[in-house]
Amino acid sequence: MPEFLLDVENISKRFGGLVAIDRASFHVKAGSITALIGPNGAGKTTLFSIISGFLAADQGRVVYDGSDITAEPPHQRARLGVARTFQIVQPFARLTVRENIAIGSHLWQRSRAAALDAANDVALSVGLGAQLEAPAATLTIAGSKRLELARALAIAPRLLLLDEVLAGLNPSEIRDMVPMVRELTARGMTILMTEHVMQAIAALAEHVLVLAEGRIVARGSVQEVAADPLVVEAYLGRGAARRITAGSAHA
Amino acid sequence: MKPYWPIAVVVALLAVVPFVTGSNVVLNFLITTLLIALVGQGWNLLGGYGGQYSFGHAAFFGTAAYTTAILQVQYGVNAWFGLFAGICTGSLVGAVIGVLCFRSGLRGSYFSLITLAFAEVLRIISSVTPITGAGVGTLIKLDLRAEAFQFQSRAPFYWIALALVALSLVIVRMIENSRFGAYLVAIRENEDAASALGINTFSVKLAAITISAAITAAAGCFYAQYFLFIDAAIAYGPWISIDALLAPIVGGAGTLFASLFGAFVIKALGEATKLLTGDAPGLDRVIYGLVLIAIVGLAPRGIAGLLTALSRLPFRAIARPERGNA
Repeated sequence: MPEFLLDVENISKRFGGLVAIDRASFHVKAGSITALIGPNGAGKTTLFSIISGFLAADQGRVVYDGSDITAEPPHQRARLGVARTFQIVQPFARLTVRENIAIGSHLWQRSRAAALDAANDVALSVGLGAQLEAPAATLTIAGSKRLELARALAIAPRLLLLDEVLAGLNPSEIRDMVPMVRELTARGMTILMTEHVMQAIAALAEHVLVLAEGRIVARGSVQEVAADPLVVEAYLGRGAARRITAGSAHA
Repeated sequence: MKPYWPIAVVVALLAVVPFVTGSNVVLNFLITTLLIALVGQGWNLLGGYGGQYSFGHAAFFGTAAYTTAILQVQYGVNAWFGLFAGICTGSLVGAVIGVLCFRSGLRGSYFSLITLAFAEVLRIISSVTPITGAGVGTLIKLDLRAEAFQFQSRAPFYWIALALVALSLVIVRMIENSRFGAYLVAIRENEDAASALGINTFSVKLAAITISAAITAAAGCFYAQYFLFIDAAIAYGPWISIDALLAPIVGGAGTLFASLFGAFVIKALGEATKLLTGDAPGLDRVIYGLVLIAIVGLAPRGIAGLLTALSRLPFRAIARPERGNA
């Protein structure tokens, strides 16, 4: 097994005149949790869509487990073990929680009964055991986020792309989710996540990538990137880092 | 696993009708109802379960009807083989339309409009080509032998129509209980989420439109044998595309008996309004339309949805005071 499960090489994507992703390159180490952060509109979701195959990049390669998957359609990538969640939850609204998850389980289970059984186990592991027969449309935001995660887990992925699974949750719900995400790496999964909740990133990510205006502007541990003036500027505007340092020198 | 016994019960009940009444009027009504139920069951699989709303199921119906008629009239082929051949050509047309539409990623109303266009193009072509009899149509020779798929009385026709409907019900139930069926419903609910979970949405939709076309094609062959005449307006006319989607939508699209129940409702409604309005031509269609608007407006999930909602009513009535007390 290669050291890096995912290699993103020199990816660019334009929407008309807007450069959404500008020559982004990074690696995700097997078995690690890597966080992709950045201000709104930085291109995080676009990059996720390119990695999972929903958008075609204008340039660059996506290499997964040593093989080039740039041309593979999304369903083929899922079969290879790349699962994603959607930032805006995409439930099968009229199906129950169990039926939703079973769609994922079916990837490896032909029989309906076996897939529904497997879905039970996955639902229990993310704390949806009580809502198995509830229609997905009736779930709360926290429930829908768990369902997104559960469906992705049901295809037994090796690489899990989590697109803001904590967004919209309250602090106690976040406290419940964080250990659940950490536990996934213990089960052998590699995680690439986007997130705005810094508390969660600090608790989970070993490696952080900062995306701003489509470019990776910083990378390293949480402490390293938090201290990087480029990162402060990405969030607060050009010159902010200098003003803050100047301000603290005055004080 | 969803059970098969409801199909057995419904089909058994319908099967005894010819023993109860020999009335040609009743049997004729029931045969055309079953015909629409079969046409609609094809639509139901693709539209109701798969969420791909076709406005052009006439393309499959008409192709099958013409296939069996032309094979018999021009080539002297046996009508039972014609049934088989018609189902093959009908599903082939389904597969071709499926490849063209789904390969190019057509969804929603674009898919609906393209299917409508295919049916219309076929209608126009068949109204001018010599092999279909052009504007005159094709008349199948009278040959009242079971070997020729023609019968003296209506009862055998009725049972054959019922057998075809029963078969379509069993096929759809098998699909409901399979991975393919689960994938089809997932695509209806959310196509992006489905492909993120490893579903090859193109091949699932293609299989669905092909099976859907095959079911509707069987109805086309049956029509040709029962009425012994088809022309472009009958075979490829919008009436059949509309009945194909109306029956299952009224019945509750995406449920097993949607098309059968819906066909009974719209056929009974059609006959009733004709009786009521008597001599005023066209007035029955107006009333028919108004009642349909009312049905779809009041019960957007069709009869099946209405029944589910009604079955939950008592629970709601009990639940409310409890919540009030707490």
